[in-house]
Amino acid sequence: MVVLAQTESSSLSVQQISKSFPAPDDPLTRRQALSSISLSIAPGELVSLIGPSGCGKSTLLRLIAGLDTPDSGELLIGSDPIKEPSAERGLVFQDPNLFPWLTVRRNIEAGLVARRMLRQKRNEVGEFMQVVGLEAFADAYPHHLSGGMAQRVALARALINHPKVLLLDEPLGALDAFTRMRMQDEVLRLWENRRTTMLLVTHDIDEAIYMSDRIMIMTQRPGRIDQEIGINLLRPRDRTSESFLRLRSQILEHLHLAGKATEVSV
Amino acid sequence: MQFAVPVAALVTFGLHLLLSKNAPPLETHSYMLLFWEIVGVSIVLAVAQIFWTALRKWMRHMWPIFTAAILLVGVWDLITAGFRLLPLPYFPSPAAVLRSLISDRGLLLDSTWHSLVLLVSGYSLGVIVGLVSGVCIGWSSSVRYWGMPLLKVVGPIPATAWIPLAMVVSPSAFVSAAGLVALAVWFPVTMLTASGISNTRASYLDVARTLGARRAYLIFRVAIPAAVPNIFIGLFMGLGASFLTLVVAESVGVKSGLGWYVSWAQGWAEYGKVFSALIIMAGFFSTLMTLLFKIRDRLLVWQKGIIKW
Repeated sequence: MVVLAQTESSSLSVQQISKSFPAPDDPLTRRQALSSISLSIAPGELVSLIGPSGCGKSTLLRLIAGLDTPDSGELLIGSDPIKEPSAERGLVFQDPNLFPWLTVRRNIEAGLVARRMLRQKRNEVGEFMQVVGLEAFADAYPHHLSGGMAQRVALARALINHPKVLLLDEPLGALDAFTRMRMQDEVLRLWENRRTTMLLVTHDIDEAIYMSDRIMIMTQRPGRIDQEIGINLLRPRDRTSESFLRLRSQILEHLHLAGKATEVSV
Repeated sequence: MQFAVPVAALVTFGLHLLLSKNAPPLETHSYMLLFWEIVGVSIVLAVAQIFWTALRKWMRHMWPIFTAAILLVGVWDLITAGFRLLPLPYFPSPAAVLRSLISDRGLLLDSTWHSLVLLVSGYSLGVIVGLVSGVCIGWSSSVRYWGMPLLKVVGPIPATAWIPLAMVVSPSAFVSAAGLVALAVWFPVTMLTASGISNTRASYLDVARTLGARRAYLIFRVAIPAAVPNIFIGLFMGLGASFLTLVVAESVGVKSGLGWYVSWAQGWAEYGKVFSALIIMAGFFSTLMTLLFKIRDRLLVWQKGIIKW
């Protein structure tokens, strides 16, 4: 397939980014969400960001997407600073957020319509529907789709713009365990074909180990990167292999979650 | 079951024959003609549905309503022409109403046409202006700052309260009436469009922006489609308000239309004509309502199964 080869992925660098928000209970004080956080991702790399809830993972993703602006620091895509949202940085949320008034096909076309490129690239719509296996649902409306199907449409909708970086904010978080594992393979397949740079925010340690080249662990508020763990296992990875499980307990330990169950049961 | 409708028609019809011994023959003649037609058509349908499945389904659904409607006419006949329980001339018998409906059909048709023209011009003007102002107020916070207080203060004044002023200001009665209808429609359409636009889910807008959308796309392809369910509530409320304003404006200012016809007939104490105009209004207004429902169902297919109202 032609479309799959033409992606130009890009590096991403986050330098000393801080961001605070007005506190919800007291609008006069500001609460620090991110405190001079730095990270960099090589072109074509798949990196996971894990950490306790409320550590600012989603805030960071919104900053990279350009939906919010940081208080200080610099965000670079390749060598270009990020100033506003752009089609070169796709974002997929936990809720697929499909436009309910558009059919599956029109949802996937949305990015092309927004960029006024539908006429030149109409042929890609069918190919992307095929890539995510939804040709049969082209004319269905989103409320007819299951959670997994809807998330596949959301992925296709982001990918049709050939983003240089794809940001994934717990994209599989709302799916049941089986669908979730199948979708992990699907995302991996898309990534292996296209080598889009991906930054995946997740709660799921297994998902992070199974999918990513590198895992970054964030600390509780104000969020900063606490540790980086490279995953050098060959894909497809075996979720029950010894090295997989060793990485798992290493991360759990780091998050101070390991061993507690054992202590209780003894 | 299938023959409930013709039976009900025969009952009502027989009742009329018993009651109408001293009614004017012309009234009875057209009334009987109508009932012979109903009896005939209902018998044909009752026979046809034996062979025609789609018709049978429809009939099975509709026969109680039809039967009740025909019997209700019989009861009306009984109360007015039969026992004379209601004072005349305010409550004519159905035969008398039918007679004035037929004898005055030219003027009634003309009045309906005038009402339609006035309603359509006023309603479409109100909807267009309402949509534009609603989108502006809903989208832009500076327009909201200035527009919302105006909307909140001026909007709730019933459009009919402006009649004295409108008649002085505008060049013709038609323009003032159309303007009043438009004003009555404008308020609910603006209000609900604005609330629909400003309540667009932020995540839809975020997603669209990461897909490369600019302002025009965000307004016309995200915020407005997301607001369409709300906009339709405004359109329905506006349609109701427009009927009210139309009838009042016609009866005091414009010397044509169904509203004028009613007050004119009342002036001559021709209550048969008043009732015929009311019957026409019922058909006229409910047809327009149904039309709006059809348009809504067409535009909101994507909601099917999510919301029912």
